[in-house]
Amino acid sequence: MSSEGFFAKRQKLSQPENHGDDSKPWVEKYRPKKLEDVTAQDHAVNVLKKTLQSANLPHMLFYGPPGTGKTSTILALTKELYGPALMKSRVLELNASDERGIAIVRDKIKSFARLTVSKPSQNDREKYPCPPYKIIILDEADSMTADAQSALRRTMENYSNVTRFCLICNYVTRIIDPLASRCSKFRFKPLDSSNALSRVQYVAKEERLQYDEHVLEKILDVSQGDLRRAIMLLQSTSKIVKHLDPPQITALTVDELAGTVPTELLNELVAKIATANLETIKINVREMIKSGWSGASVVNQLHHYYINSDQYSTAFKNKASWLIFDADSKLTNGSNEHIQLLNLAMKLADLYRKGL
Amino acid sequence: MTSIFYKDEVLLREFNTNWKAQLTGKMSLWVDKYRPKSLDALTHTPRLTHLLKSLSVEPRDLPHLLFYGPNGAGKKTRCMALLQSIFGSGVYKLKIDVRQFTTPSNRKLELNVVSSPYHLEITPSDMGNNDRIVIQELLKEVAQMEQVDFQTASGAETGGLAHRYKCVIINEADSLTRDAQAALRRTMEKYSRNIRFIMLCESMSSMIAPIKSRCLLVRTPAPTTQETADALVKVGGQEKVTVEDEAILNTIAESCDGNLRKALLTFESMALNNEMCLKSSTALIRADWVVVILKMANRILKDRSVSSLVECRATLYDLLAHCIPAKVIIQELAFALLDAIHNDNHKIAVVQWASVFDERLRLGNKPIYHLEGFIARVMCEVDG
Ligand SMILES: Nc1ncnc2c1ncn2[C@@H]1O[C@H](COP(=O)(O)OP(=O)(O)OP(=O)(O)O)[C@@H](O)[C@H]1O
Ligand SMILES: [Mg+2]
Repeated sequence: MSSEGFFAKRQKLSQPENHGDDSKPWVEKYRPKKLEDVTAQDHAVNVLKKTLQSANLPHMLFYGPPGTGKTSTILALTKELYGPALMKSRVLELNASDERGIAIVRDKIKSFARLTVSKPSQNDREKYPCPPYKIIILDEADSMTADAQSALRRTMENYSNVTRFCLICNYVTRIIDPLASRCSKFRFKPLDSSNALSRVQYVAKEERLQYDEHVLEKILDVSQGDLRRAIMLLQSTSKIVKHLDPPQITALTVDELAGTVPTELLNELVAKIATANLETIKINVREMIKSGWSGASVVNQLHHYYINSDQYSTAFKNKASWLIFDADSKLTNGSNEHIQLLNLAMKLADLYRKGL
Repeated sequence: MTSIFYKDEVLLREFNTNWKAQLTGKMSLWVDKYRPKSLDALTHTPRLTHLLKSLSVEPRDLPHLLFYGPNGAGKKTRCMALLQSIFGSGVYKLKIDVRQFTTPSNRKLELNVVSSPYHLEITPSDMGNNDRIVIQELLKEVAQMEQVDFQTASGAETGGLAHRYKCVIINEADSLTRDAQAALRRTMEKYSRNIRFIMLCESMSSMIAPIKSRCLLVRTPAPTTQETADALVKVGGQEKVTVEDEAILNTIAESCDGNLRKALLTFESMALNNEMCLKSSTALIRADWVVVILKMANRILKDRSVSSLVECRATLYDLLAHCIPAKVIIQELAFALLDAIHNDNHKIAVVQWASVFDERLRLGNKPIYHLEGFIARVMCEVDG
């Protein structure tokens, strides 16, 4: 059997969704199945709940940072509107892993949009609202080209009697104006701690986890409003402690996994920068890089530190911010973390040298 | 002897050395021969080994993983050891498939895909700007298939668990284009029952936020000087290298700055060059391209003229022709300059311009301009 390669033995999968949940990571296992399960996005949820009664739905644009429930919300909505059987003929989901150039917009999307709506079965009609339109979900729409987006304009207008669109993206500015203006916009905010807490508590309870007080709060704090990240951290920490006795999740376990630079290390770097001794700064930065800390999170935490500290003058904060923004943008363009971090540290030290 | 470095440091990076050695069964290099194969054999950073062990205990709901950390810290080794503990040694039975893809513009694309019965590996730099298409086609195909032979030989080792998913390792994930990363997003969610991603990268900044949100981020620190030296002692013992003075091992470890692969390669070539006997006086071998860059740094600081710049250009072309990546050149050069300079203002200037030209290097597509620009800039700065 060992000579069998990766592509040798395989079988077409008929229904990827319907097997047991236990072989899924928790983020999928606890994906909201009903609109009610969606935490915190009250505005969107309330409006959408009404559509369950009134059978009327506008074109929609969901936007917001990762892990705030955009995809989950629309999937839950379509499930509640049509039920599993009808969904297949009524919902078209396209995401960034599908080819979505102009040609696809013209052919696939258009031909789905113009189809007359299929008749729900008696059974479905009793159980679900089954409104008389189809829904086309364009998830991760930020990755569609402007051309493909403008090809969509006409389709959206022409078939609005039988089709609704739902566009989902992280950055609303990536959606061209003519499209955005045709949609009701729903902003998905990063989840604030109190809201997210109830969901994380729910997961912890379902999985029968034991944890120290305030550990869940800490997880939420680290994940900065990204509920997916919070659930992922919860799962990973629970795995680490699983074979301990008792399997208690502590703040320390969370720290280990969170990837944020510990305060002591950050303070050390800040102190070295303040001495303006370039050689020690060089050594310190190298150690941080060697320890694998991500440049982006160091820059991020430095920013947090300098801006929130009372020790610095406004002029200093101003200059420091410019340097930090510059480093951040260069890092985002893929530049070398070691060089960028060193540059930032030396430039900050230079501010001290110049006596700001 | 030193030409070993050309091949292994730069040309055939981690990925290539690994499968070549595996396939031929000839572990010619010590770095491959003594690569830990299981979680228990892993040496440095016990914290991380512990994490991987606890992930492998009940692997059914393993999250997607993103390993990040400096070059040569052992990301790939740890990732393979993790797979070994989940699936058994079958993960080391590698083979290569040549897969064909067609771009929308109807160009044919061939890609080597390394795989075992349990996982497959892709390296984005092999596919250039077409990585999105490869991701879309290849992964969709894999994701929609279910592995049926899950009760295999490894069943006993793994407690007879039926693992229905396969793993996809993405080497150098930070060089995936944004489009390709975007294409991964829903695939990671939709098919999370039968596919797991393990991505390896050096710089997390190049990963888009939605991908980071979907993975468990695993920091992989480089070994300390002491840990590196310990690893060398171990290998030295097995290969019967006489080490008269352990200080030389520290010297090697320090010069390699946490890059264990580099340290082992250096150690091997030094041992072979010196009849398997290392003294404290044994000369440190550096890769020839590193030496070239060090010399160039000295020239830049000594002779700041147009003719010197022209000679640097020739050297740069030579380095590029030997497949030393431009980003490696600028980094080595910047740090070589930094070590040789004593004036604080000059130091700051060198790093600043390195940061500027390194960014341009990534954005542009003609590396020689930016490398030369950097050198010219440094010459001006040092002249004041
Ligand atoms: N508001 C929420 N309520 C409940 N669970 C949530 C919520 N937001 C996120 N989650 C959890 O996070 C996971 C991912 O959420 P979802 O796919 O909806 O994110 P998204 O907003 O589409 O993110 P992205 O922009 O990265 O695509 C869900 O499976 C769920 O476990
Ligand atoms: Mg989504």
